Formats: sequence, structure tokens, C-alpha cells
Amino acid sequence: MTKPKVFEKPTGVKDYLPHAVAKMRRIERSVLECMRLWGYDQIMTPTMEYYDTVGVASATSDQKLFKLLNQRGTTIVLRSDMTAPIARVVGSLLKDKPFPIRLSYHGNVFRAFEEEGGREAEFLQTGVELVGDSSPEADAEVIALAIASLQAAGVPSFKIAMGHVGFLNGLFQETLPGRESEQEALKACLLQRDHVGYRDVIRKLSLDAAWQRELEDILRLRGGQEVCAQALELSANESAQAAIKHLCEVWDVLEAYGIQEHVLIDLTMIGDFSYYTGMTFEGYASHLGFPVCSGGRYDNLLAQFGRPAQATGFALKTTRILEVVEDTADEGERTLIVYEQEFRREALQDAARRRVAGESVLAVLETSEEDSELIAAKAWNRSGAFLYHGTSYNQLVLIGKKSEGLA
Amino acid sequence: MTVNGGMSVANSGILKVAMPKGRIYKQASKLFRQAGLPIPEDFDDSRRLIIQVPEANMEFIMAKPVDVPTYVEYGVADIGIVGKDVLMEENKDVYELLDLGIAKCRMSVIGMPDWKPVIHPRVATKYPSVASQYFREQGQQVEVIKLNGSIELAPLIGLADRIVDMVETGQTLRENGLVEMETLFQVTSRLIANRVSYRLKNTAIQELCDRLGVAISERV
Repeated sequence: MTKPKVFEKPTGVKDYLPHAVAKMRRIERSVLECMRLWGYDQIMTPTMEYYDTVGVASATSDQKLFKLLNQRGTTIVLRSDMTAPIARVVGSLLKDKPFPIRLSYHGNVFRAFEEEGGREAEFLQTGVELVGDSSPEADAEVIALAIASLQAAGVPSFKIAMGHVGFLNGLFQETLPGRESEQEALKACLLQRDHVGYRDVIRKLSLDAAWQRELEDILRLRGGQEVCAQALELSANESAQAAIKHLCEVWDVLEAYGIQEHVLIDLTMIGDFSYYTGMTFEGYASHLGFPVCSGGRYDNLLAQFGRPAQATGFALKTTRILEVVEDTADEGERTLIVYEQEFRREALQDAARRRVAGESVLAVLETSEEDSELIAAKAWNRSGAFLYHGTSYNQLVLIGKKSEGLA
Repeated sequence: MTVNGGMSVANSGILKVAMPKGRIYKQASKLFRQAGLPIPEDFDDSRRLIIQVPEANMEFIMAKPVDVPTYVEYGVADIGIVGKDVLMEENKDVYELLDLGIAKCRMSVIGMPDWKPVIHPRVATKYPSVASQYFREQGQQVEVIKLNGSIELAPLIGLADRIVDMVETGQTLRENGLVEMETLFQVTSRLIANRVSYRLKNTAIQELCDRLGVAISERV
């Protein structure tokens, strides 16, 4: 490889300039505050974890993990999500804390060779985990909190699609008993969003016409609560029925929250089968081609950290939300103090008083009376902002012999 | 950061359709008309890049075929029409909703009639990712050479001993004294959709799918 130019940085990572950071911090603050109001306490975990523990347990495929070796030759990963590290904490530091445990987080995660558009290798996620509760109320709570968080972040309009991995698992076991590889093929098609491939596989199965129709029809199972009723008719399989009943109950709770208008049911919406065990969901904002949040139930993860428990949660893709949230004009007031040398003490003390009062203040020494920018600032007519050395200010305070009147 | 103009239009009621220019376009627009969508014939040869079709509540983005999945993945187009060959090569995260059954052809391995295994096999193709995956799965070690056109030339002038390319009628192959050796997969055009549009504009997309579905089954 040729030596990079001095301004280059590795592919997929970004610098964020003050304007973007201010916006990011606003989103982060409002979302974390929203989560706190729902009873979730924020936790921080390290950026690096062992490959053999958190790396293997995470939902991220092996080739997308950033791996490095520590000085002893042990493989380390940069965390690819926050869920597996939190499961580790719940199973260790918090092992005596009774369930349910509600935790929130905000942090950077890393994915190598991200195949989705954007291909960011490092991005921010803000989310929650609700550990030790298997009820429909718990699933509805994380969906409701996801909606509240998107609203708190300022995402103007969005939709949540909700599914359940148990329905398809049950339906396929019923229609294709014992034919594991064919079941896997159908799931793989749905996971890759390949409806054409899905129909092709079904046609090659030589099922009777009714079953074939039924399997094809699930591609159209989308909508509100009526979808649950249709799905209950479709499969007599026990786990499929249980899945639908669970979804119906989640829907009832969402209705009680009064937020069902934001949610649609889509039974082909499945997450990774090896990771998710129940309800799964994804959030979509208009003006953005990629999902803004995703989540679901993962009842098998905690057992890998020695404390088996049901769990559910979600993550907001905060870096992407940044793109859809409107800029707020509120940049905060900023004051410029310009002082003459012999008035340094007064000026700096004045600046300190103003800062205590919450004002953002820059105090500078007047170096020359011919400073054209300062002359322009002095001529400023006190309406709106003025620029001084590339920064915008709302107030000018002059401290010196000649300008006592002005201060 | 503000949302750019194109993206905001994609979220109004209008369905943005990425259409491949050239070979597939004529067949696709004919299929749309058969499905009862008032797509006028006269812009078939238009040089415009963005074409409004208010009668159908659609906007057509005329794209180079290989770029269609990219527009759809990023959501600047809600849906698109693209050959399975491009989908296999580009591997984008989009919904593949419908096999339109048009622009039928196949992806094949092609060589000279007297082809014999060589020590350092070389395969020329416009589809390097498809080709290398195929030969890897066959347990063959080949060097894949990416070319951008006139693939048939490669075996004739000794750049490669075989090629992987699309075959429609086989006319070009015969004219150049080449033969089809194996078929990788059949290719037709597909209707694809963006992940977010598929949810947020589901009614419009599903209705289009249904109408196209009827038109396709009536053709067969």
C-alpha cells in the first residue's frame, strides 16, 4: 500500500465538525433523557471486547467484526453492537440485581465491510435493553419507547414494522415437516428479501395447491391487527399460534399506549433467525432509504453469559437520524468581550460572572485599534449577530478607558 | 445537514421508478402499458433523464442498467427494473418482488469448440463477482479478468480461454465460432424495491405488483 496523504483516514470513518456535533449532542441528550423518563439507566461498556466471548455472541457475522490482537496474542474485537456487552455485564457485575433490568446506552460501534449503503465502519447507536421480562408488555414497552425516542430525536415522520420469527418457524414446520434444508432455503430467501426466489423454492417443493398458495400468501400478510386474525387461520401449528397470540397481545398494549397508528404488522419481517427468538421490529423514516432503528426479542443471548434470561431491546441508528432531523436555529447566545490591557482583571472577572450565569463568552485582548473586524463589530447595530474572526456573536462588550460607556 | 431535494420528492405520493435504458426498457414499458399504466410510448427514445408520468402518479429515472440497484438501495428511487444478472453481480440490499419474465436470457460459460483444460485457466467477463463465485463453488481455480465490453473477443485473441457472459439467442457466439459450455443461471428482469419505500409506500407498490402480475400471467 502506498503511504496515505496526511489528511487521509481509513475507509468508513468520519470526522464530525462542531455544527454536526452540536446537532448530534442535542439528539443524544433528548433521546437519553426520554429513556431515563421511561426508567432506563445509562450504562457504558468498553470499546474493546474478547472475540471469544462478546465477539462470538454478537449478532454480527464474523467477517464484519473488526479484529485485532493484544500484546499476548489474544483476539480482541471492536464492539459491533452494545447488546452483547450489556448481556455480559448483566451476567457478571449485575448478577445479583433482580430482574427486570432496564438499561440504556449511547456509543460508537464498529462494523468492517458493512454491505449496506453508507458503509460506515464506525457509527453511533442509542438504545435500550429490557432484561428478564418475557411478557408482551415488555415487547410493547420497547416499541413504545422506540417511538418516543424517534419523536424526542425530532424525526418528523416514521413507521415501525413488527414481525415475529416464531410464526414462520411454526408455519414451515407444519407445511414442511422434517425438511430442514428446504425450510432453511425459504428463510434464507426471506432474509435476503428475495420474494422471487422464495416463490421459486415453493414451486419446486411439489406441495399440494392449498399449502403452496398459503406459503405464497404470507408475502402479502401486512397491515394492522386484522393481519393477526388472518395469520391465526393460516397455521394450526402450536408455535405459530403462540407467536401470533403474543403479537396480538403486543398490539393490544400498543393500542393502550395510543400509538398503534405508527405500527404495522408484517409477518415476513424477520431478523436473523440465529439471534432473534420472538418479536422483531424495524423503524423507517421518510426521507431516508435505510432503517433508522431495529430491535426485537433475543431470549438465548443471556445464557451465553451465565445468567439465562429473556430479553428485548432496540437500537436507534443515531448517525443516520442526524440526516433526517431538521437543523434547529438555536445555536445559543455568544458574547464577545474585547478589553484593553490594563483592564484585563475586570474583563476576565466579568467573563467569569457571565459564564456562571450560563452565557457563552470569549474574552480577547484588543491588540490594535486598526483591527478592521473590530471596527466593523463596534459599528454593529445590535440587531442579529456579527462575525468576528470567523465566529458569530450576539453581543459585544468593550472594556477599557474609552469604552466605559459601552460596557 | 439538510435533506436534498431528490430525497424529499421520493417521499411524496409519487412513485419513483428507476428504469434501465436500452434493451430492457422497451419490453418493460410495454409490460407497464399492458398492466394498464398510461406510460406513453413516445418517450421510448427520449434523451431526457427524468420523466414525469402524472397520469400514473410515477416518475421515471432513466438509468444505466447496472446502476438501477444502487439508486434503489439508497432510496432515491422507490422501485426499479433490473436484470437478474445485475442483481447477482451487485449484491445490493433491496427487495426482489417480481419476476417480470421479460428480457429472457442466460448466464453461461463460453469457449472455443476445441477447448481443453489449461494449466492457468483465465476467464474474461463483465461479471467478475458472479464468475469467481461460480468457479470457486466448482472447485476450479481460475483467474478472472474483468472486461467492459466485446467479451467474445477474449478467447479469439487469446486473452482468456473461456468467458462468462449473457446469451440471448446465441447468434453472436455462432458468428464468432464460440460455443456455450455450461449455463450458470437463467436471467429475466426483476422488479425491485427499496427497504423503506416497501413499507412506507406499500399500498402503491403492492398495487403495481398485482397489476404487473396479472399482465405477466396473461402473456404466458
